[in-house]
Amino acid sequence: MVNVAVIGLGKMGLSHFSIINAHHDVKVVGVCDSSGYVLDILGKYTGVDTYGDMGKMLDAADVQAAVISTPSKFHAPMVRTCLERGIHVFCEKPFCLDPADSVQFARLAGQKGLVTQVGYHNRHVGTFRELKRILDSGALGRVTHVLAEAYGPVVLKPKGSTWRSKKEEGGGALYDYAAHPVDLLTWYFGRPDAVSGTVLGQVFSAETEDEVFTTLKWPSGLSGQLSVSWSDESQRKMTTRISVWGTNGKIYADRQELQVYLRDAASAPDGYGPGWTVRYTTELTDEVDFYVRGEEYSAQLDTWVKRIGGQSVAGAADFAEAAITDEVLYAIANGADAGVHTVAVGTGAAVVRPAAPTSFGARLRERLRSLAARAKR
Amino acid sequence: MDRLLFGDNQFFGVNHMSEEKARAQAMRFQSLDAIMSVLDAAHGAGVTTFMCTTHDRIADVADRVRADPARYGKQTFYPCMPYAHKYANAMADAGMFGAIKQFLQDEGFLDAAMRSGKSFARKDIEGIITLLVDAEMKMFQGLRTPVVFLQNVVVDFLLGMGFTEAFRIFAQHVATRYDAEPGFITMNMPRLLDALNSVGIENPIVCSNINKIGFRMSGGIDSYLDALNNRKFRAVAMSVFASGAIAPEEAIEWVTSLPNIESIVFGASSRANIEATAGLVEKYWAARS
Repeated sequence: MVNVAVIGLGKMGLSHFSIINAHHDVKVVGVCDSSGYVLDILGKYTGVDTYGDMGKMLDAADVQAAVISTPSKFHAPMVRTCLERGIHVFCEKPFCLDPADSVQFARLAGQKGLVTQVGYHNRHVGTFRELKRILDSGALGRVTHVLAEAYGPVVLKPKGSTWRSKKEEGGGALYDYAAHPVDLLTWYFGRPDAVSGTVLGQVFSAETEDEVFTTLKWPSGLSGQLSVSWSDESQRKMTTRISVWGTNGKIYADRQELQVYLRDAASAPDGYGPGWTVRYTTELTDEVDFYVRGEEYSAQLDTWVKRIGGQSVAGAADFAEAAITDEVLYAIANGADAGVHTVAVGTGAAVVRPAAPTSFGARLRERLRSLAARAKR
Repeated sequence: MDRLLFGDNQFFGVNHMSEEKARAQAMRFQSLDAIMSVLDAAHGAGVTTFMCTTHDRIADVADRVRADPARYGKQTFYPCMPYAHKYANAMADAGMFGAIKQFLQDEGFLDAAMRSGKSFARKDIEGIITLLVDAEMKMFQGLRTPVVFLQNVVVDFLLGMGFTEAFRIFAQHVATRYDAEPGFITMNMPRLLDALNSVGIENPIVCSNINKIGFRMSGGIDSYLDALNNRKFRAVAMSVFASGAIAPEEAIEWVTSLPNIESIVFGASSRANIEATAGLVEKYWAARS
């Protein structure tokens, strides 16, 4: 039995509370939020112990593990407090807004033997997991290009502001939406070494981006493109898609379906022949013990709880892996200036290499700009 | 309840196998006439109960049915509430209370209630639930709604939290205000039965996935079969074809062989498929008795 606390009771926090509270190997020993209203209702109707302050909860309750699903800017201080107290942590995505924190916490958790995980639930979607298995088998040959997309209907009109609409608090389509396909990319292919051609477009929001488009390059020569919008009303809900091209074929995956085309299936896993093979989520999804809103949400928490039980410190989407995703997000966030940005390892500092001007006019404008910048300094 | 209930996933781009197919269906059913012609086909095949979400577009279907009582005299609705995506998307955008507020007609009520703070929380969760139910039921005014379902995403969310009092409030309100029986859709059927019994809801109508391959039967197919054999409840089977993963005849033969199944809910987009399913159910249901 693991004693778990749930910190932050917004949309994701309540969902996590419901799922983990139903877990046979978990006892929820406290929930914590700044909204007294939500706490009063939960306390009264579910009987859970409620706290308005995380520190008080950690002092009062015997917490072995914590689910943190507060607005993104609070992740770093709360994760630090939990790790320092020797508490295993499941943190909602994105992990930390400053990748230097991410790297530091990954190290700290490793030193203390704590089991960590970030809420990248797509890693527990049957089709995306199968895509990983096929890529790892090498069946696609040399992978040349990947397109990662996410679209959904979140911001469809100009509106009042919440933390999700404030960039400095980790709001915006980059951290809220693009984080998912970016994490799939780093899971599949590791850390890219550069991002370029970034567009952070505004459709309706005043303070943050609604669209993210960028080009990624990996050391292997693999190129990737990211195309994300949370202002796409044609989607019923968030839709994530991955298309991968290789010398031996192509793979397309979304939450429901995996379509694989192979020229030569000699090195493919069982069940994949030459030409098209289509597999569906109905056959690729493992059953969960308790279902609220998609197997992947249950599976990710179950995985974390089982890892705690087995003291399995390294695991999928642990802090060390999530830190790589944070580094890429950081490079994209700071890269909307047409420059080529190196994805820095471990430090979070993105190095900007200005794009080389191509025409005489452009070179002249560039020269004038740099002179002006120097004059300002 | 009828043996066969007609579902509505196909009309709204819900397909558990393929996003491509879901989008094609959403395009095909863009026009109300396209929806009505499929509903008419179901009606013609004797499937006169429409188990539908409280999607905005169902309001248009309800208008058509109301406008032609001679034609739709037998048409029955089993509303399933809420259409969760509109709340989920709104929650990400406006927060939980912003979302609720957005969907409540009577904003004055909630504003006043929010101001009174904790007393509101202590006294009137019942008020919020019943108001939300009333807002969703508005589109069915004057139509026959003998069973009103709570959608699985809400049922299972409450079930996980142990917020079982909400089930009692929902059941009571549906019975007293709409003279209807409460129904509960779930992906965790055996566990839900325990929770419903614990708040005094006896012999409940419970709709859950019941299919030969155990797709989305959480806790395992054996626990479902055990519940069907040993628990007192009125089972409605959905996803009997597991989104097309099981051949129709095999699927129907298996599900009709189980004890205690009162109804099967299915979706289809063509007259031929509706009639084929109705024919299979006729054949195998007769064989079981």
